[in-house]
Order: sequence, then structure tokens, then C-alpha cells
Amino acid sequence: MKRRVVVTGMGAIAPIGLNVAECWSSAVAGRSGLGRITLIDPEPFTTRIAGEVWGFDPGKYMDRKLAARTDRYTQFALVASKEAFESSGLKDSGMDPTRLGVIIGTGIGGITTWEAEHIKALEKGPDRISPFFCPMMIGNMASGRVAIELNAKGVNFATVTACATSGHAIATAFDCIRLGRADAILAGGAEAPITMMGLGGFCSLKALSTRNDDPKTASRPFDRDRDGFVMAEGAAIVVLEEYEHAARRGAPMLAELLGAGMTCDAFHITAPAEGGEGSARAMVEAMKDAGITPEQVDYINAHGTSTELNDTGETAAIKTALGEGRARRIMVSSTKSVTGHMLGAAGSIEMIFSVLAIRDGVVPPTATLENPDPLCDLDYVPKVARQARVDIVLSNSFGFGGHNVCLAIGRV
Amino acid sequence: MSLESRVTEIIVNKLGVKPEEVTPEAGFQPDLGADSLDLVELMMDFEDSFKLKISDEDSSSLKTVGDVIAYLKNHGAGE
Repeated sequence: MKRRVVVTGMGAIAPIGLNVAECWSSAVAGRSGLGRITLIDPEPFTTRIAGEVWGFDPGKYMDRKLAARTDRYTQFALVASKEAFESSGLKDSGMDPTRLGVIIGTGIGGITTWEAEHIKALEKGPDRISPFFCPMMIGNMASGRVAIELNAKGVNFATVTACATSGHAIATAFDCIRLGRADAILAGGAEAPITMMGLGGFCSLKALSTRNDDPKTASRPFDRDRDGFVMAEGAAIVVLEEYEHAARRGAPMLAELLGAGMTCDAFHITAPAEGGEGSARAMVEAMKDAGITPEQVDYINAHGTSTELNDTGETAAIKTALGEGRARRIMVSSTKSVTGHMLGAAGSIEMIFSVLAIRDGVVPPTATLENPDPLCDLDYVPKVARQARVDIVLSNSFGFGGHNVCLAIGRV
Repeated sequence: MSLESRVTEIIVNKLGVKPEEVTPEAGFQPDLGADSLDLVELMMDFEDSFKLKISDEDSSSLKTVGDVIAYLKNHGAGE
């Protein structure tokens, strides 16, 4: 018999809130989390704005020793995982720990640690490199650390596909549960990229908005006046659980993960394929896996980065995948308008918003959309949230490398 | 600041323990909760703070706070 997978817990820490409730209320209200960078001196950079987890103090969440031994990205993963795990009720459920997994990815990993230790090595010599450098910097350590904290002894690894990372983490966790490798998995992503190299690297790519005097409207997906994405940090984690396992313990079932599609453009290292060919196939695959038709899709939480190539390519892809007629009748929005682009954590926070759209019957807006690009001609739910019954959502995530993931999420 | 207080301060900062736990008899691994990686980093901090070099052979014999204080004194630290 086919094993169904439901969402039983969620956790998030982001520029727009320190937990799921705060993030959701900001997303619905269209309250931006973007501002002038404080983590480093932004003056030397062409882009001086980002979405920080403003005022984050790891000491409020963990003891000083653990904080000192973990990169910022792992700290975010720990905070979001704790919220997700507690909200799922699994903590005190007596579940077999060998059936509990963790799949948390990151686009970049511990780049803060990398830079600090590299500078120390250049200044004081390579024998001063911390013994914690490797375990703090590597991109799989969020999964490792969270497992230690939660005593999760089952499936455990990390995904790395740039901005599609947490989409892949959720899709592979979904498959692991369907295959019977685990009964519950914490899945998602974490990112802390606001460093000299992270910011400077994306500046050199000319991928970032330079609207430094107006950060709150700088991330403008689908708007003709957009000028790039705004990088952001944070983490978002969902607890995926096998349906019967969740039902037996009377767990909260927030939504069902119905299907996933994973494809590659095989075209260019950073640019999407012509007409969004690869991302269209991901949406088609997700609908096929879920056993649904385009007519059943109510809402698409778009990747919507606020770059010209993404926004026009994704719009074309949605039309290809759902048919132009259906594409024009459904709601499409980009919550990156307020969160900025959380890179490896983007897919999972958008999965959370997709689940909450179903739960609350409200679609979060593309908060900053003033004047749509003529090539972006769908219903992007501009400026204000919309009350609407939502039964099925597609959530898109695309990453440098040509990676595309689409998740199909439905009412239980 | 005495050599003993400097050593205590380094240990407190690195291991997140309370100053009163850092007695001469306290063992780094059994009493102060250090693992092998913590010890490597602690030795680096002693080296940086007291401007000396602790060889791998020597560091493996430094099991307690008292061992470290005696070692540092014997090697002319803090004079």
C-alpha cells in the first residue's frame, strides 16, 4: 500500500520573524524584513541591503559553548528544528529514534567560519586554524547537529543545490518516507550568507538589487522596475511524517505532501533555460506524481526572485506546465518580496507559507509589485493578501546549476 | 592577574563552565566536559596567551587544570 506523507510540524527563523507565527503574519501583511546590512560593513559593496535575522542572539537559544561551536547557519537550523519538532508533538511521543531522520541542506554552508579562520590562518599561520573549523564549516553539519539535539538516529544527510536546496531536502525526505526508510523526517534548509565573500560574490554576478535607499521595496518580483534579488538568511524546517504514524498518535496534520518533481536545465551554470523549459517539466512531474491536473491547482508559490531572467522564465514555465488558460486563472505570488532570497532556506520557508495558505484560506501577496513587467502577465496577487479557499498549491524552487524542484501540497 | 586566574579565565571562556568548577584537581574531560577537539583548542589558547609552544606529546599529558598550571610555570610562563 502506498505510504502517504503529511506535514505535522513547522519551524522558521527569518528576516520577517523569529518563529512560524511571526513569519506568517508578516508575509500576509506584506511586511518587509529587508534593510541596511549590519553584520559586516556594507560600504565597500555595490549592494548594501539584505534580509538579516535582525538582532539574532544565539545565547537566547543555546548555551554559550554550543553557540561558539556552531556556524551561524547551523544555529538557525537548530532554532527552527526545535520549533518544528516541538510543534509536531513528536518530542514526547515515544517514537523509535532510529525511524526519525533529518535532511537539512544549505546552499553555501559555514562561510562565516570559513572567512574568519582563513583570515586567522593568513595572519597567524596555518597551525592556528581551529580544530572546529572543518566540523563548523561543512554543509552537512546542520543535519548532524540537529540529530544530536533531537536524538534522531535514522536517515540523515544534506542536500546542496543552491537556491533549490531545501526543495530537494523536502522532496528526498518525502521519498525516504514513501520508501519506508523512515517514519518521520525533519526537512528543510538553513543559510547565513551575509559575509564579505557571500555578498561580494553575488555583487560581482550582478544578481543583487542595488536599491540601497529603499530596501523594503528592493525585492520586486515580476515588477518591471526590479533590479535583482536581495539576499537573506535564516532557516525553515518542516516535519514530514507517514500518514498512519501521524494518525495513530493523533498528530496535527497541517497538510499533505502530494508529489514532487525534480529536473535539470542542463543549459547554463546560472541562467535558466529558454522559456523555463526545465522548471516547466518540474511542475509537470510534480502534478503527475501527485495525481492531479492543472485544473486542481489553486495557487503557486513562485520561486519569484526579482531577477529578470527568473521572473520572465518562470512565468513562461507556468504557462507551459499548466496551459495558458489555467495559468491565467490561478494565483501566483512570491513571498521573496518580503523575505528576500533565503537561498538554501527559501524552498522550505515557501513550503511553510504554502501549507498555511491552505490552513488559513489566505494567499500571501507579492507585496512590492507596482507595475508588472509586460512579460509577466499572470495574477501575482499584488500588494495585498487575498482570502480564498486553497486546496492545492505548487511551490517552486530553482537553483544555480539548472536545478528545479516543484512540490505539490494539498489539504489532508 | 595571576597565572592561575588567567588559566581559569581561558577555560571558563572556552568550555562555558563556572569559575568555581575550575579547581586544580579538575580533569578537562571527566570534570569540565571537554572533548578531544576542545582540548586542541584550549592548548592553542594557552600557547597564544602565554607565548609558548606546547608539543603534542606534552599536551597529551596535561589532564587536569593543575597539570597545565604546573607545566606553564615550569616553562617560564607568566614571569
